[in-house]
Amino acid sequence: MTPIAPTFFFYFLSAIAVISAILVITRKNPVHSALSLIVTLLSLAGLYLMLYAPFVTGVQIIVYAGGIMVLFLFVIMLVNIERAMKEEEFNKQWIAGTVASLILGSLFLAVYIRGRAIFPAQFMQAPEQMNTQQVGMLIFQNYLLPFEIASLLLLVAIVGAVVMAKKRIS
Amino acid sequence: MAPITTLHYLVVAAALFVIGTVGVLTRRNVVIILMSIELILNAVNLNLVAFSRLYNLQGQVFSIFVITDAAAEAAVGLGILIAFFRNKETVNVDEVDLLKW
Repeated sequence: MTPIAPTFFFYFLSAIAVISAILVITRKNPVHSALSLIVTLLSLAGLYLMLYAPFVTGVQIIVYAGGIMVLFLFVIMLVNIERAMKEEEFNKQWIAGTVASLILGSLFLAVYIRGRAIFPAQFMQAPEQMNTQQVGMLIFQNYLLPFEIASLLLLVAIVGAVVMAKKRIS
Repeated sequence: MAPITTLHYLVVAAALFVIGTVGVLTRRNVVIILMSIELILNAVNLNLVAFSRLYNLQGQVFSIFVITDAAAEAAVGLGILIAFFRNKETVNVDEVDLLKW
């Protein structure tokens, strides 16, 4: 299987994703964090494209970068960030949190490096031009019930968001 | 250069996951904590799509369900945030201590 893009693109997109993810958690202004998160999401969409997943790429760009991030930016506009920007941006236990997360990450790396022999070395042979059709067949045949439950979940989320964000009527 | 294997994608996903957990554990702003949760969910999605490249397409279907959950979670979380901001005029998590005693 010949790769769809050179290895350069993998390292390029991964570096953009990781660097802008670090910017998300270190910027003081939430608007800058949201814009960095959009860059991370778009570079992850590029990585999905390198993995022959064009439908997930489209969903990622439309739903995440187009939908969820607009929601985030609207909420940042609604809440007052002037006061939060003058305050300390990290909490008191940030050293313990960072160390614990780094221990978790080194655990991941140890497991991956020791267990990489069990991954198949060959990628699956798939007809790439049929990706969207095959994903649609899977969703509407094998995963029809989870699909309907997901629609119910979205309905509950819409109602819950409206109930919690509306002004209380006395 | 060496060819890109599944392990490379898993390492990138682990890096994003760790960055997300650092954000959740260390930031005080609720908006940025919700963004870090989105980072964690994206790391999981990258794992699912990388493994679907190895085995079959069901990982991609599952990643679409994860994106659906992320949308629902963001909507409800931001609704809670707006309700909280209306009551206490702050977005810092360490001032959310109504259940502490």
